[in-house]
Amino acid sequence: MITKRIIPCLDVKNGRVVKGVNFEGLNDVSSPVELAGFYSECGADELVFYDITASAEGRSLFTDILKRAAAEIFIPLTVGGGINTVDDFDRVLKCGADKVSVNSGAIKNPSLIHEAAKKYGDQCVVLSVDVKRVDGRFTVFARGGRDNTGMDAIEWIKKCVADGAGEIVVNSIDTDGVKQGFDLEMLEAVCDAVSIPVIASGGVGCIDDFTKLFKALPKVDAGLAASIFHFGEVSIKDLKNTLRSEGINVRL
Amino acid sequence: MIAIIDYGVGNLFSLKSSFAFIGKEAVVTGDPKIIDECDRIILPGVGAFGDAAEKLKNTGLDKVVKEQAEKGKPILGICLGMQLLFEKSYEYGEHEGLGLIKGSVKPIADVIPKDYKIPHIGWNGLIFPKNKEKSDIYKYTDEGDCVYFVHSFYAADCEGNTTACAEYGAMLTASAENKNVYGTQFHPEKSGKVGLNILKAFCEI
Repeated sequence: MITKRIIPCLDVKNGRVVKGVNFEGLNDVSSPVELAGFYSECGADELVFYDITASAEGRSLFTDILKRAAAEIFIPLTVGGGINTVDDFDRVLKCGADKVSVNSGAIKNPSLIHEAAKKYGDQCVVLSVDVKRVDGRFTVFARGGRDNTGMDAIEWIKKCVADGAGEIVVNSIDTDGVKQGFDLEMLEAVCDAVSIPVIASGGVGCIDDFTKLFKALPKVDAGLAASIFHFGEVSIKDLKNTLRSEGINVRL
Repeated sequence: MIAIIDYGVGNLFSLKSSFAFIGKEAVVTGDPKIIDECDRIILPGVGAFGDAAEKLKNTGLDKVVKEQAEKGKPILGICLGMQLLFEKSYEYGEHEGLGLIKGSVKPIADVIPKDYKIPHIGWNGLIFPKNKEKSDIYKYTDEGDCVYFVHSFYAADCEGNTTACAEYGAMLTASAENKNVYGTQFHPEKSGKVGLNILKAFCEI
């Protein structure tokens, strides 16, 4: 039976992890390679490296750490941030990424998903979408949630799936940072609209939020989070043990 | 030395790194001479069967792999590389494979329930066939250990050669073998410690 995936996301700026606290056995909490290794040991099913660097210099630091991580960590690695062209796909795939996540880049360049899927396969293209309710309608936001595109989120997601996106990360701006649980209503709407894997993001505050997510929406395949793992509020081991005891199939 | 066959398909960085990690030297190559000098062969692959089979043929590496297999050299096909080992595939048409393992490659949509997502993507547990000795590649692996899958097609009509399955609304072939020719539908190089141990066991065959 396929297991539910738990995916920590590491925000990387100039080759360093942006937020984090000290875990036991971790020497350098801001080293992406070390932190990634730590998560992998703890049972993370996949890792996301999100590059929030703006400069070309920072970008080359990023590809360097990606290479080092991929040489030591043997679980799927997804890379996002600053992916605007097929060349960007090429750049990170060559350094050991398995999947590439696109967000604003796909909005700016509507043929990006199609071109990338044709070249690297659907399984390689992850659509990441930031969604917020505007007048009761799920609406796509670009540039890290700053710009309202006015686009209907469900329509946008359907279009991207038709173009070849292989998985979707749904990040609810409405619940992000609130720590009151995932946006179940939004996730259900997305699950009903598509038949590719859906990864929930935004709003998780405790272990129970993951349990609720997978129980309420069996169609959701994975849960993604950053700060609750980095700040040590939730350990992946405890999380997975709890899910297992609640009857949710996870890899231990 | 392990030859990772380079025929222009897929990303071989992780595969090469995973062998380095377990202390085995591997070379990414399309050179028949180097392949012949190596004591083991990895046939990787992602993408579509038709494209990959054509590339393998155009580079002449299809013959090289077959010759090496006949010599008795251990060969491990991974993901699409595993599917290429079979006789044929029905992925968008009908394509000929290497024919090193009996069976054919078919869409998983044929056998799984409608509400299951395609591709079969994620970590799934290995189920070993009953009344059969455990494959040598699973020397360090237990039934139920999870490995990472990404695929929309599966090896069918190969019961006699199947060494493990994964349950996804149907029993899908996770690995198969015929003498010195081995294949895993999953990615051992992306399956954490379990996967590295499978590669290690392959190196000890």
